[in-house]
Amino acid sequence: MFDAAAGHPAHLQHHFSDSEQQASASKLGMWLFLLTEMLLFGGLFAAYSIYRAWNPEMFYEAHKQLNIYLGMINTIVLISSSVTMALAIRSTQLSNRKLTVRFLVATLLFAAVFLVIKYLEYHHKFELGQLPGKYYTFTGLQGTNPHIFFSIYFMMTGLHGIHVIGGMGVISWMLYRTKRSQFSPAYYTPLEMTGLYWHLVDLIWIFLFPLLYLIG
Amino acid sequence: MSNHTSTPAPHILPLRLYLGVGAALLFLTVLTVIVSQIPLGGWNLVVALAIASVKALLVVSFFMHLYYDHKLYFIIFSIGVLTLSVFIVLTMFDTLERGAVYDIKARPINPKAAMYDKPNFQSHGDTTKANGFAIPIDSGTTKRDSAGQANPSGY
Repeated sequence: MFDAAAGHPAHLQHHFSDSEQQASASKLGMWLFLLTEMLLFGGLFAAYSIYRAWNPEMFYEAHKQLNIYLGMINTIVLISSSVTMALAIRSTQLSNRKLTVRFLVATLLFAAVFLVIKYLEYHHKFELGQLPGKYYTFTGLQGTNPHIFFSIYFMMTGLHGIHVIGGMGVISWMLYRTKRSQFSPAYYTPLEMTGLYWHLVDLIWIFLFPLLYLIG
Repeated sequence: MSNHTSTPAPHILPLRLYLGVGAALLFLTVLTVIVSQIPLGGWNLVVALAIASVKALLVVSFFMHLYYDHKLYFIIFSIGVLTLSVFIVLTMFDTLERGAVYDIKARPINPKAAMYDKPNFQSHGDTTKANGFAIPIDSGTTKRDSAGQANPSGY
C-alpha cells in the first residue's frame, strides 16, 4: 500500500498533495457528473409535465394500465439495494472485506430482481401493443393519443433501466476490486463514487414511481 | 469535513442510522401507495410529490452523506434542483397558456393506428388533414372550455 520509492501511499496520484485532496477532487467531479444526470432526466420530467398538463384525462386513464403492485415491489427492491450499497461502503470503512463482498453481491441481486420485474412489465405491454409512438396498437383506451403516455413511460423507465444496467456493471467491477483487496479504510474512493451513482439511480426512481404509477 | 491529517479517518455512520433511514423509505413508499388510492382531487399530485421529496431528502442527506459532507457538494446538488425547477416551471408558463394565443385542436398523430379503427372512437378534432402538423392536446385543456369538463385527474 505504501510506495517507498515515491514516498506516498500507492493510491495517491502525483498531482495531488495528499489523499484527502485527491478524495475531495474525485467527489467534486462525481457530483458534477450527477448534476448532468439530473439535467438529463430533467428533460424527460419536463416532457412529462407538459404532456400531462395537456392531456390530464388521457394520463389518468392510461396510467391504470400500469401494475401498481409491481411498481411498489420494484421501489422496495431498489430502496433495499441502496441500503445494502451504503452498508457495503460502511463495511469497507470498518476493514471488513468479507462483509463488503456480501453487501455488494446483495446489491447486484436486488438490481437483477428490479430488472426482471421491469422485463415482465415490458413484456406484458409489448404483448398488448402498448408501445411508444406509431408502434402503439392497443385499442382498449379512450381519449386522444394515449400512445403519448406510453412513449413517455418507455423513455423514462428505459433510460432509468439503462442506468441500472450500467450501475450493475460498475458494482461488479467494484466487487472484483474488493476481492483483490484494493480498498482499505484509507482508500475506497471508487467504491464511494459507485455508491453515489447508485443512490442517484434510486433517487430518480423515487420520483418516477409516483409520477407514472400513482396518478391519483 | 474531516480534520486535516495525512491519512483521513473515514466518517463512519452507525448501522442503526442506515437501517432506520431504509425503514423510513419503505414506510413512505407504502404510505404513498395508500394515499394514492384516496381521491383527493388535485392534492393527490401534491401529496405524492411531497412524499417523494421527503424520500429524496433522506437518500441525499444520509445515503449520499450530504448532511455530513462539505457544503460545496450540497451547493452543487441545489444548483441542479434549482435549474430543473426554473426549467420546468418556465416551460409550463408557456405551454399551459398557448390556448390563449393559438386555436388548438387535437388530432391523431398517426391516423392509421389501429386504435382509431374502433367504431365508437371519439375523435377530438379534424382528422381529414391528419397527416399535417398535429398538436397532441386534449380539447379540454385550452382556456376557453376547461371549466366545463369533467376532470377525473383533478386538474
